[in-house]
Amino acid sequence: MPDTPFIDIRHAAKSFGSLEVLKDINLQVQKGQIVAIIGPSGSGKSTLLRAINELDPLTSGEVWLEGVQVNKKLSHSQYEKHVNQVRQDIGMVFQHFNLFPHLTVRGNITLAPKLLKGISTEEANRLAEEQLAKVGLSEKIDAYPSQLSGGQKQRVAIARALAMKPKVMLFDEATSALDPELVEEVNLVMKQLAQEHMTMIIVTHEMGFAQDVCDRVLFMDQGVVVEEGPPDVIFRNPENERTRNFLRKHLAAQK
Amino acid sequence: MGLDFTVVPSYFGVLLMGAGWTIAITVAAGLLSFFGGIFFAVVALYGHWAIRLPFRLFAWLFMGTPLLLQLFLIYFGLIQIGIDLPAFVAGVIGLGLHFAVYNSELIQASILAVDKGQYEGARTLGLSRLQTLRYIVVPQAVRAVVPPMGNNMIALLKDSALVSVIGVMELTLAAQQAISRTYRPFEFYLAAAACYYVINLALEAGLRRLERRFQASR
Ligand SMILES: Nc1ncnc2c1ncn2[C@@H]1O[C@H](COP(=O)(O)OP(=O)(O)O)[C@@H](O)[C@H]1O
Ligand SMILES: [Mg+2]
Repeated sequence: MPDTPFIDIRHAAKSFGSLEVLKDINLQVQKGQIVAIIGPSGSGKSTLLRAINELDPLTSGEVWLEGVQVNKKLSHSQYEKHVNQVRQDIGMVFQHFNLFPHLTVRGNITLAPKLLKGISTEEANRLAEEQLAKVGLSEKIDAYPSQLSGGQKQRVAIARALAMKPKVMLFDEATSALDPELVEEVNLVMKQLAQEHMTMIIVTHEMGFAQDVCDRVLFMDQGVVVEEGPPDVIFRNPENERTRNFLRKHLAAQK
Repeated sequence: MGLDFTVVPSYFGVLLMGAGWTIAITVAAGLLSFFGGIFFAVVALYGHWAIRLPFRLFAWLFMGTPLLLQLFLIYFGLIQIGIDLPAFVAGVIGLGLHFAVYNSELIQASILAVDKGQYEGARTLGLSRLQTLRYIVVPQAVRAVVPPMGNNMIALLKDSALVSVIGVMELTLAAQQAISRTYRPFEFYLAAAACYYVINLALEAGLRRLERRFQASR
């Protein structure tokens, strides 16, 4: 099935109680594609991202990754096994890093591969060294997260996710919690991943970055995808009034 | 009859032996209270209600009744139902479980205080619930309660004197034995107190080191 999308989200809907956060969202991502999701705060961007790896399971609709349904309806114990398996293929990077403070950088990166892929400590160490070199933090391998800057923490978080050799990487405002001078080092790592054709879905407030890196941009508002298209179109020539308003306000706020 | 400390040195061996047993029982009961505390905390938070309920009852029993009574119950009481434990073992179990219940209360609160992002970070990588608890949540929760748990360990050391009543030849009972031979209670109780003080200092130093070691990893 060459035409089936790598990631396929069909009629995704999600409610928290009576609050409808996602309303009939459809999103297809091809292998190697990079998609940015932009939109005002509270529009459901994080919820959509977290639905992809079942952190916030959908109320209805389907999520598929490479022909496997992520949100399969299964018995409790089978479901547990299934999500633990598919999550290994879906890397996620959070706004607040979520590094494990009691483990060194090495421990953060090697824990999951050792536990879940059954690789030896030496192999895991090599993997950690390799991933750290990639994010430019080889010298921090024995540091604890508390000894790192925000930008370094986020790069370690990316290395940790990459060590699982995921099929797709999800970024939820990976640079929003960083001091402005630390944003670029994280963006550089993400750009490098883009060059390696990692499939990525990136929730971001940085329009410049989205424009540089992404193949497609989705504008979300109030739980729906209002408009989507190539970055040039969305940023220079959006059709929808809401998109135009958002971008105008956003650009004004950034000045 | 005035004070005469010159009798003490000839009972050094007895006191030292007693101190050794005090240390042994403190370490053994301390380990039991540590791992038992973690176990009770996890059961209390995540166990099925049918398991949680008896544990709750058990915790109430151990927190709401005197330790001395618990030691009697374990050592003398259990014999009636065919469980005849050596005094040392009974002492370790009594002290260990008693303080496990207190440690469990600390660890429970500390587990609940672990950031939601830690669970998400772990589950996102594919760790199961149990792996997340075992490798992420519990280690962090335990690190956070090293200081108050250390206080429990110091209390445990001091309360280990109670196991003298079931005949464990620890420091307090050793001092009593010396007293029964020399009729010098003041000198020997003071000597025993000095020994407790030294053990206590060592314990506190060890706890401070542990705290320092965990400083970066918080
Ligand atoms: N766990 C939750 N419980 C209840 N409401 C939630 C929860 N998570 C998100 N929401 C609500 O869902 C809406 C969308 O949130 P979110 O997906 O975080 O938006 P965004 O990432 O675009 O800022 C918001 O109104 C938010 O308050
Ligand atoms: Mg968000």
